[in-house]
Amino acid sequence: MKYAGLLVMAAGFFLSISAIVLYTSPTPRAAFVLCGLAVQGLGLFVAMRAHMEARGESRS
Amino acid sequence: MNLQAALPLTDSAFALTLALLLLAPLAIAGVALINTGLGRSRSAAQALLGNLAMVAVAAIVFAVVGAAITGNLPGTPGAAAGHSFYAAGKPWSWLGAGPFLLGGLGSVPALSQLAVLFELLAVAMVVIIPWGSGADRLRLSAGVSISAVLAAVIFPLLAHWVWAGGWLSQLGVNFSLGAGFLDGGGAGTAHVLGGISALAVVWIAGSRRGKFPKEGLATAMPGHNAVYVAFGCLLALVGWLAWNVAGAVIWLHAPLAALPVTAVNTLLSASGALAATFTVTRVRFGKPDASLCANGWLAGLVASSACAGLVTSAESIFIGLAAGIITPLLVELLELAVSIDDPSGAITVHAVGGLWGLLAAGVFAPQAGQLVAQLIGIATLLGLVLPGVYLIFKVLDRFVPFRVDPDGERIGMDLHELGGGAYPEFVIHRDDSYR
Repeated sequence: MKYAGLLVMAAGFFLSISAIVLYTSPTPRAAFVLCGLAVQGLGLFVAMRAHMEARGESRS
Repeated sequence: MNLQAALPLTDSAFALTLALLLLAPLAIAGVALINTGLGRSRSAAQALLGNLAMVAVAAIVFAVVGAAITGNLPGTPGAAAGHSFYAAGKPWSWLGAGPFLLGGLGSVPALSQLAVLFELLAVAMVVIIPWGSGADRLRLSAGVSISAVLAAVIFPLLAHWVWAGGWLSQLGVNFSLGAGFLDGGGAGTAHVLGGISALAVVWIAGSRRGKFPKEGLATAMPGHNAVYVAFGCLLALVGWLAWNVAGAVIWLHAPLAALPVTAVNTLLSASGALAATFTVTRVRFGKPDASLCANGWLAGLVASSACAGLVTSAESIFIGLAAGIITPLLVELLELAVSIDDPSGAITVHAVGGLWGLLAAGVFAPQAGQLVAQLIGIATLLGLVLPGVYLIFKVLDRFVPFRVDPDGERIGMDLHELGGGAYPEFVIHRDDSYR
């Protein structure tokens, strides 16, 4: 799960980078970059969630 | 942030910047004291020795290998133009190329020499940040291995992208995004990198024994010396003032007349942050919390690293206030809701504080497109650097186990790794005294 989250974060990075290559107009460019960051937020949430589940299983 | 594009430094500017860089290690000393004070008394000597060892290893490794990857020594024997690929018709410089062992350092322009000194200090700051998060369970051998990897590969790559004409610094030239990604004081290149390395260390090493019992809330494990922590904050202020002003000269090419404002903004940001954290903890717990206030102060300094040379004084106070509100709430959230055991609060202070500063630099910048450039930098740190650091540390953990064995954790890192305690004449708390 943690690796999946990190993979999603990397996907968000490439989404943000593609925005500056694909768009020249500031508004869609900024919107696309923000979408990339939102995807990264999702990936971070998944990675954190995986850490929480692992901690729950190993609590002593 | 292209050194080649900068005007040559005058003698007075060179002398001033060099003097400032000689004061900047006080920031490292401050963070090292804070790391030690927020850990347990039975691991204090190992914590402080670890900070020293990691700084030493980072300095040597960066000088031998890292500086060559960063590529901030143009015109020296063995230096090349760096490595780029082309996409969308634009060059993307991703790897610097320079001489190993800092060859020819004495013959490059004064500004390049100062840049190398700044990077050497920045890498020392980067490596001690995760050490604080791994306190009381991270082995010395793991610490120096982490330090070597960060100084050899990860920091130099990021420093090239941001400070040495790499693709992030060229976003303005290639894609009309303001002045490109701006990070004058190293908020992203040093602090966010250190903060996300801290997160990777905590993910891999796990929490301290007894921190999260099977039932009930997380166990409170307060720092052992609030005086170290508070004095570390004061030392850090001196270092940060020097650091941010020197960074403004080297990376933002600020004129001498603009430097006092940078120093004032640094202090205002830290002060705003402390005031906010003091108030939040006072309201939340009935009394202000010393360690959280120290974290708030440091978060304000970290946020100022990104934007002290770019914003007004009023904006600096706002940036500090926001950092000071976020810090105590996020420290609590990470510990109680996400089960992250981060004794020094480095993930919140350095990673989140740095990201907030980078964002604020874009929000308050006058140039069009600067915000998008800052967002691209943030996306790079989160989407490329964090996964990369985690994967590299995960492989490193196979060869040099991060976590000490249970017996070592029980008797304390001082006795286990050094054979003697930091405070031999004092009674040390047993593990079950936290129950």
